[in-house]
Parts: sequence; structure tokens; C-alpha cells
Amino acid sequence: MGHPLLTQPLLTAILVLLLTAPVSGLVLDGYDFNLRWQPPLWLTLIAFCIHWMILLFKRWRLGEKTGKPSPWSRVSSWGSRPSVHRLAFFVLPVVGLVLPFFLGKYGLTVAILALIYVLLALGLNIVVGLAGLLDLGFVAFYAVGAYGYALGHHYLGLGFWLSLPLGALLAACCGIVLGFPVLRMHGDYLAIVTLGFGEIIRLVLNNWMDFTGGPNGLRVDFPTFFGLEFSRHAKEGGIPIHEFLGIDYSSNTRNIFIYLVLFLVVLLILALVSRLKTMPLGRAWEALREDEIACRSLGINHVTVKLSAFALGAMIGGIGGVFFAASQGFVNPTSFTFFESALILAIVVLGGLGSIPGVMIAAVVLTVLPEMLRDFSDYRILVFGLAMVVMMIWRPQGLVRARRPVFQGRKA
Amino acid sequence: MVATMAAEIFAQQTVNGLILGATYGLIAIGYTMVYGIIGMINFAHGEIYMVSAYLAAIFLAVLHFFGLTSVPLLLVAVLLATVLVTALYGWFVEKIAYRPLRHSTRLAPLITAIGVSLILQNYVRIAQGARSQGMPSLLQGSFILPVGDQGGVVQITYVQLLIIIVAFLSMAVLTFIMQGTSMGRACRATEQDRIMAALLGIDTNRIIAIVFVIGAAMAAIAGVLVSLNYGSFDFHIGFITGIKAFTAAVLGGIGSLPGAMLGGLILGLAESFFAGFVNSDYKDVFAFSLLVLVLIFRPSGLLGQPQITKV
Repeated sequence: MGHPLLTQPLLTAILVLLLTAPVSGLVLDGYDFNLRWQPPLWLTLIAFCIHWMILLFKRWRLGEKTGKPSPWSRVSSWGSRPSVHRLAFFVLPVVGLVLPFFLGKYGLTVAILALIYVLLALGLNIVVGLAGLLDLGFVAFYAVGAYGYALGHHYLGLGFWLSLPLGALLAACCGIVLGFPVLRMHGDYLAIVTLGFGEIIRLVLNNWMDFTGGPNGLRVDFPTFFGLEFSRHAKEGGIPIHEFLGIDYSSNTRNIFIYLVLFLVVLLILALVSRLKTMPLGRAWEALREDEIACRSLGINHVTVKLSAFALGAMIGGIGGVFFAASQGFVNPTSFTFFESALILAIVVLGGLGSIPGVMIAAVVLTVLPEMLRDFSDYRILVFGLAMVVMMIWRPQGLVRARRPVFQGRKA
Repeated sequence: MVATMAAEIFAQQTVNGLILGATYGLIAIGYTMVYGIIGMINFAHGEIYMVSAYLAAIFLAVLHFFGLTSVPLLLVAVLLATVLVTALYGWFVEKIAYRPLRHSTRLAPLITAIGVSLILQNYVRIAQGARSQGMPSLLQGSFILPVGDQGGVVQITYVQLLIIIVAFLSMAVLTFIMQGTSMGRACRATEQDRIMAALLGIDTNRIIAIVFVIGAAMAAIAGVLVSLNYGSFDFHIGFITGIKAFTAAVLGGIGSLPGAMLGGLILGLAESFFAGFVNSDYKDVFAFSLLVLVLIFRPSGLLGQPQITKV
């Protein structure tokens, strides 16, 4: 036997070479193939290095005194310090409100998308992070919100402001209808049923040509502000907002408006969720996640508690959907694939299951970063997958650990 | 005339359904065995099947390049090579993504499984390109059987016959391994009580790895046969087929081997009849609805035992 520090990574390297040689080394070309030397060799080298580094790291950790806080724990403890929270509480809303006026057209689109994902992540965080129900079909509620607005606009002529509460309500109802029969089953079955439900919704939207327009999608009107329109020339009888305010027409005005409304809604939801977390309902969610049998024997009605988490999460997802439709001006089923569910789940997992600040940071990072790294967009999903695996193994609590609500009694 | 048509469609859809079902059953074995032994849904299993379809086409091209032209020899060689490498994939995935999480929460392996399926899907997409790939038809020709007395016919291609034969042969071999060998006994023991099995000297980690390898091998057989039958595949096929195979596993009763095959056949037939007689656009919707309904009303499946949670 050779040195274990070398033989083990060598074995890994040989295995990886065997695995990757056919798939990435021999590229199919019709019924023939082309040979490519580099990709499998690179992958093999990377595998060797990673395994070697892991072994070195383990050895180094053995030599270290245990109990020393790792740099990561310092970061997350910094994130949970009350003074930091108070600072963030005052600074972030101001920054968020001022931000859109300094962004260009493209920056605004990205910012709106990031906020929509923050909303979705907050919603899924209730279901997966707090209540511990793995929902793989969260995109269904997103789709219900978006299509609720689009269909309501198309058939009933509903505007944005009416669609917002209606879409939220509709999504919440869907959550209850789906949740009621499903919540009796345990974790993994729930995951599969929600996945099936998400796919059913997408397939129906895709196939029901007469009603939803199928793959062609539906056009959506942009929102108005107390009857003021954001277009250059208003429709009959309407006043465009730039004439009303006496400013020059800019196509950004509409996006700034959507951003501001969305930002306020995010703040509202944020306040709601962080309040709920410390209220009896939120504590029941977390308790049920930890031990269902104990909770039921203590008299917690597990169906209602889970259902409330499901409905609330669905409602937030629905609101995200309405905003998505409003900002795009157009919806079609390709925006609601399983990958979208997986992406939102990745955000929640990477941010830290149950941790509200973590989830929000992850949502912003995971939407802004891919936009900045357009050149690597081929590898985006691959990296998400890798991050999910690495995170679960290395730091299952996420980047920012969820804080337990702690109550300090007043000093007498 | 109308009756003949209906009888002909019925017979043809039965044949199609049985073949579809046999492949679902083969893939479902991977889900059902893994679930039985560590209680986890191996979400990446469908992607393993997708990888095996690519491997089959690649090995076929390579063997053809080296001048192997005898069809039976090609078939056997491709099948063996694909099963071998796919089994390695299964083993590797278990080792990297699931074994480190043996003692963590229930959600953790499920989330890594989603991660693994994203990785495999995009690895294949980047390596082989996003367009769909073709598989040369090695076996051409078909049997034509008469149906009814008015001259209706039903067609069974040689590949379809091969699917049925290989599927049932591999089921038989697997049943023999599980029932008749000491390794199979160790598998069943680990499935019943992992801690007790470990105390009795069974290397449970090895057994779990073996189960993943068996599951991947069965998926590989399905991958080779299906791509021979349809002649084309892309990097998306793993997702839908994976969920349908999982439906088959649940339908038959998760954890039960004959259940997986039975569930596969029932699902294949149901889907085929639905596509033939009702609406082929909604056949996936039908399969997913079946999945949801089975999970809600009979989560223990047809041949499974209901799970009792002990405190």
C-alpha cells in the first residue's frame, strides 16, 4: 500500500475517468462520435485535487484544537447580532427605496426579478424551512398567481390592483385544496405529490390551447397608478403619468413603479413572516417539523397547522406570480417548469432552512450573480446542483443559521 | 368495421402498454429497492436512466467504429458495457451524495438528490449538446399477428419482443439474487432492520451501495432497450420517465419487487389506453394524476404493507 493521502485520490481519479470518459470524451455526432481528450482529463484532475484537498483538510482539522470557532461561524454569529439587525432594519429599507432611481433599464429588470425571488423564497421558506414540508411544486402557486392575473385580465378585464389580492387568494385556496388531502402523508410522499401537482398545472396550462393560449402564452396589461397609465400615450380617456407629473416620458417609470410597489409588498410580507415566526402558530410549525408525534400528543392539530403554513406559502407565491406577470407583460408556461421550483428550493437551502435573512440574501445573490456571469450561463444550473449537494453535506444549516426566537425577561 | 378498428386499437395499445410498462417496471426497481432499504426517494434515479441511454448510443458507436457488425454480439456487448458503467454511476452517486448524509434529517438526502439530478442533467447537456440524439435501429422487422376474424392486425416489432424478454429475464435473475443468495439475504435483512443486521455482522453500507448498483443496472437495461425502441433521446427524458417509474413503484407498493413490475405494467397499460382512446396530449397529466391519487388514497400501494410509525 502506498501513502493513503495519494492512493485514495488516485482511486477516485481512476473512477472519475471511467465515468466521464464515455459521456464527455466521446461526443455523439449522428450515429458516429467525435473524440475529445480534454474534458474527461480535466474532470479527472479536478476530482483528484478535490479529494486530495479534503483529505489534507481533515488531517489539518485533526491536528487543530477542537472547539475553536470556524471563520464561518463567526460570519453567521455576526449576522445574528442584535445591533446588526437593528442597523439592517433602518438602512435596508432606505437603500431599497432609493435604489431604483439609480439603476438603468437592465438593472431595474434584474432588481425586480431579485425581489420576486425574495418573495418566492420567503413563501417557500415558511413551507420547507419552518414547517418542514418539502414542497417540490411551489412553482404551481407562482403559476396560479401569474395566470390568475393574465386570465382575469383577458376574460374579465381585471386590473392589476384587483388581481393582486385575488391572485393571492386564489393561490392560497389552491394551497388549501392541494394541502388538505396531502398533508396527512409523511415527508417524501408529500414532496412527490407536490411535484406531480406542479407538473399537472404546467401541462394543463400548456395543453389547454383554447383557454390559456397554450405555449403561446397570454399578454398582460401593465399596472396603473390610481388610473394613471405608464405608457407614452394613454388609451381613450386615460392620462399618462408623465403628463400628470409634468416630467419627461421614460420607459423606466413603469419599472420603477412596479419595483416600489413590489418592495413595499416584500417589506409587508417580511414583517408578517417574522412576526408569525415568534407567534404560537410559527412555533407550532417549527415544533411539528421537529417532532410530529410529540406535537399531536400535546394537542396541536397537525392538519390545520400544516395547512396554514401551506396556504400562507402559496399565497406569497401567488403574489410573486402576479408581480411576475405584471413586470413581464406576458406569461407562458415555460416560466413555470420544475427547474423553477428547484431553483427556489436551492435558494431556501443555501440561505439556511428557516432563516429569513439568509433566505433573502441567497435570493438576491442567486438572481443577481447569474446575470453578472452571463458568459457562464451554460454552467449555471450545474453550479446550483453542486451547491445544493455541497451545502447539504458541509453546512446543512445554510449560510446564515436560523435564529431561534429568544425572549429575555425584563429586569425587575 | 368500427368494432374491428376498436379491437385493433385495443390490441395494439395493449402491446404498447405492456412494453412501456415493462420498462417502467425496470426503472421502478431502483426506486423501490432504495426506498425499502434506506427510506429515501432517489430523485436522481431517472437521470441515471437518461445517462444510460447516452452510454448505450456511445458504446454502440464505438463498437461499430472498431468494426463489430454482428447484431447479437453488438447487443450483448452494448448492454453489458452500459450496465457496467451505469452501475458505477449509481455507486458513485451514492458514495458522494447520500452516504455522508446517512445520519442527517430526512430532507437532506432528498435535497442532495435534486442537486444530483440537476448536475447529471446539465453535465450531459454540456458534454453532449442539447439537441436530441439518435440510436440506429439494430433490429428491424416485426411479427404481425391477426386480431379478430375481420382481418385486423397487431404489430410487434422484434425490439419490443426483446424488451419483454429481457425485462422478465432480468426480473427473474434479480428475484433469484434476492431470494437465493447470501447477498440477497443480507439485503433483505438490512431492509428489515438495519441496526440489527449491522450487529449480526452485515456490512450495511456495502449492502446499501449494492442496492444502488442493482437499481442503476436495471435502469441501464431499460435505457438500452427504450432507446433501441424509440431510436431517439435527449437529456430531458430522465425527469418524466423517472416520475412515472416512481409512480409505478408506489402503485405496486413501494419496497416490493414484484409490486414494482406489476405497478409498471398497470401504469404502462393505463397510460397507453388513455393515449389511445381519450387524449394523447394529456397522457402525462393522466400519469401524474394517477400518482397523486394513489399517494392520497392508497399510499401503501397494491402489494405493499402499510407503514406503522412506532414512537
